[in-house]
Amino acid sequence: MASGIKDKVAIIGMGCTRFGERWNDGPEELMVEAFQECIQDAGIDKKEIQAAWLGTCFDEVMVGKSALSASMALRLPNISVTRVENFCASGTEAFRGAVYAVASGACDIALAIGVEKLKDIGYGGLPEFSTAIGTTNALWFPNLTAPGGFAMLASGYAAKYGLDIMDVKRAMAHVSVKSHANGARNTKAHLRKPVTDEQVMNSPMIAFPLGLFDCCGVSDGSACAIVTTPEIAKSLGKNDIISVKALQLALSNGTEIGYKWDGAHFITTTKASKAAYEEAGIKNPREEISMMEVHDCFSITELVTMEDLHISGRGKAPTDIMDGFYDLNGKVPCQPDGGLKCFGHPIGASGLRMLYEMYNQLLGRAGDRQIKDPKIGLTHNLGGFPMMNVCSIAIIGRHGA
Amino acid sequence: MIGVTAFGGYVPRYRMSRMTIIQNMAWYFPVIMAVAGGEKAVANWDEDAVSMAVAAAYDCMAGKDRKTLDGVFFASTTMPFADRLNAGIVAAALNAPEEGITNADFSACLKAGTTAAISALEAVASGERNSVLVAASDLRKSKMATMAEMFTGDGAAALLFGKDDVIAEFKGSYSLNADFVDHYKGAGKDFDYMWEERWVRDEGYGKIIPQAIAGYLKKTGMQLADFDKVVYPCYFTGTHRGIAKKLGIDPSRLQDNLHNVCGDTGTAHPLLMFCAALEQAKPGDKLLLAGFGQGCDVLGFEVTEKIRDFRPALGATGSLAAKVDLPNYQKYTKFRDLITADLGIRGEANPNTSLTALWRKRKMILGFTGSKCTECGTPQFPSLPMCVNPDCNAVGAFEDYEFADKPGKIQMFTGDMLSPSVDPPAVYGLVEFDEGGKAFLDFTDCDLNQIKVGMPIRMSFRRRMKDQARGFTGYFWKAVPKAQG
Repeated sequence: MASGIKDKVAIIGMGCTRFGERWNDGPEELMVEAFQECIQDAGIDKKEIQAAWLGTCFDEVMVGKSALSASMALRLPNISVTRVENFCASGTEAFRGAVYAVASGACDIALAIGVEKLKDIGYGGLPEFSTAIGTTNALWFPNLTAPGGFAMLASGYAAKYGLDIMDVKRAMAHVSVKSHANGARNTKAHLRKPVTDEQVMNSPMIAFPLGLFDCCGVSDGSACAIVTTPEIAKSLGKNDIISVKALQLALSNGTEIGYKWDGAHFITTTKASKAAYEEAGIKNPREEISMMEVHDCFSITELVTMEDLHISGRGKAPTDIMDGFYDLNGKVPCQPDGGLKCFGHPIGASGLRMLYEMYNQLLGRAGDRQIKDPKIGLTHNLGGFPMMNVCSIAIIGRHGA
Repeated sequence: MIGVTAFGGYVPRYRMSRMTIIQNMAWYFPVIMAVAGGEKAVANWDEDAVSMAVAAAYDCMAGKDRKTLDGVFFASTTMPFADRLNAGIVAAALNAPEEGITNADFSACLKAGTTAAISALEAVASGERNSVLVAASDLRKSKMATMAEMFTGDGAAALLFGKDDVIAEFKGSYSLNADFVDHYKGAGKDFDYMWEERWVRDEGYGKIIPQAIAGYLKKTGMQLADFDKVVYPCYFTGTHRGIAKKLGIDPSRLQDNLHNVCGDTGTAHPLLMFCAALEQAKPGDKLLLAGFGQGCDVLGFEVTEKIRDFRPALGATGSLAAKVDLPNYQKYTKFRDLITADLGIRGEANPNTSLTALWRKRKMILGFTGSKCTECGTPQFPSLPMCVNPDCNAVGAFEDYEFADKPGKIQMFTGDMLSPSVDPPAVYGLVEFDEGGKAFLDFTDCDLNQIKVGMPIRMSFRRRMKDQARGFTGYFWKAVPKAQG
């Protein structure tokens, strides 16, 4: 019987670039910037890293295939470096590779780094991905975009709970307002202006019912983590040890797009979060989770995710959101750093960027965003589309908590 | 007895008032004001001659077994492929058999529809074929502010010919050939080149149609007075009536040329008018049908009692009635690629189409065929090697399952302004079929603000992409929300 990952691996260093339109920096510069902060935080020599994982998504328009870009940019000492890609879970996948390598005993110290340089394509939004859906799907798939794919969820959610779609949109608007308020306090965030409900509600329509301010930014950025065993961490003089409590992924198998599904929730998130809580020994997530960074690619995604994480009851997320339950001063602050909404979504980096905030909050380093005495932080990524997706969940916390 | 065993028509949803053209373009060529009345049918941006032929064919084959077809003839002057059997695409969209069937394209002349009909009837008469479908369709591009733009409309018609359950018995045909070039379209050209109208009217339609009808009557020994309806195309309404008058045909026996409600649909037009005539016909009625273009084909039919048992799904009349006004002339010119609008860098992506994958998945892509699990009975799309039902997951236990004619409802949807589209927003969503199965589909022929979750849909075969660089046209099925009625 597998015992899970809980408390087997510690994070000893993290780094994260400022996210934004980094016109003058390529993916190499971004990786080095995040790595420099990370290795300084870890207090080790680069030569002590025995294996590394790189998470990127749009390799075609960025670093190219293979992990050579990271190995060369960071001048790693001819160690194993593996590039992983699993849509928006790519950053968390890189982290999982490094964590599992340490947990297995295959190596003592491993690096996970994620990067995405999105602003080299010449147009807004994510890069066009009609060539990335597979040869057969290319013959029949609607020419969908990310906002369009997720916007569908709002119509499904409103129908399921008999709500007027405009009432759902108002709750969605508060999701964005709350994240902007947090992002305004974060010097590494891309978008740093608070917004009002009216601004969000009246922003130009991108994909009905998602307006511009229901959509996350598009940015360049990189984030990384160095992991080892709790024993080695102690031997390195680390006192406040942050350890991994759970790492779970769940992928669609065709049920949503081709079988039975209500169109109002994520089957994958519902399952992955349950498995993650079991792995972490969490019985009541609404009480035990101190804070979260979830995949708010679009406001509706965050709204529905609150229910799939078993924190808001089914159909109750709009109420919790409007009640401020997820605000920075709420019971379970969500997106304390500003989320994808303010950081944008350099895909390979996002999962690690979320962990960076949880890690800093747990260590009391979050400045004027600091949450009081957090013990457990959850991160969540959702890649693909509501009807066909990849979900990753990571839970980290104080060692032994 | 051989003859027509089923018929159907398709006129695309949009109608543009000719006044709309005049308001936008009469400043440039005021002569177009001479035909200011009525409206023309305008195909949506995702339609072409093949997709409209498929729509007419499904209309015709409603309630008929498409597996019994042993010939599919496609007639058009605007075929998307110069070398790839266009009729083969129509046949594949119908899920017609691949074995023991002869499919052929009839092209390069506006009477190709009636010529295809004669060939189909002769094939059935010979005993070599039992059931041959003729689908005729045209989507002609015309330059802005021309008489061609005023006269032409888009549309399709289909006739099924066979031996069983004949609803209109074939009473012989007569053809004459005349290299009378009223207009032509050079190979590779987008537009027709037209000669002077007066000559076309008086020396073309006005003489050649009567000459061919006379030939038919002489050959068959019949009298024109025998016919209850005479059907021939002529987009000059005055000339259309003038020919009847000259021949002594009472206006009540002349089939309307559809100029006011549709415009001339080219190759499809005589067949579309014929469908409209059949929709009104009674047992015992005799119909004369003529097609014009570099000569003239004439065919005679006598309606049987079986006409009482047949109705197309919508028919020419139903299709003409199901219309939406297109008041935006710029939209029409964009739909026809007459103006250049920017799709943005996002719209530049243009991978080629994998012809190996298309061949492997032809039933799925062209025929919208998924599968039904023989273990648990679940209809599913797309068909993968393992059953989608998580409690089943049977491997390879499938039979083909056609979704094209299955009713369904919208489960979720959006209107996407970011997706590059000729007619933004791109509307798409997830559809649940009433008898099981679901699919993620583009929607078409709809207005976003009328769509709701739970709204019924029907399926329509559409052009999915046009690869301008390589000349390839890709097709798939889209959902058409039934907004009202």
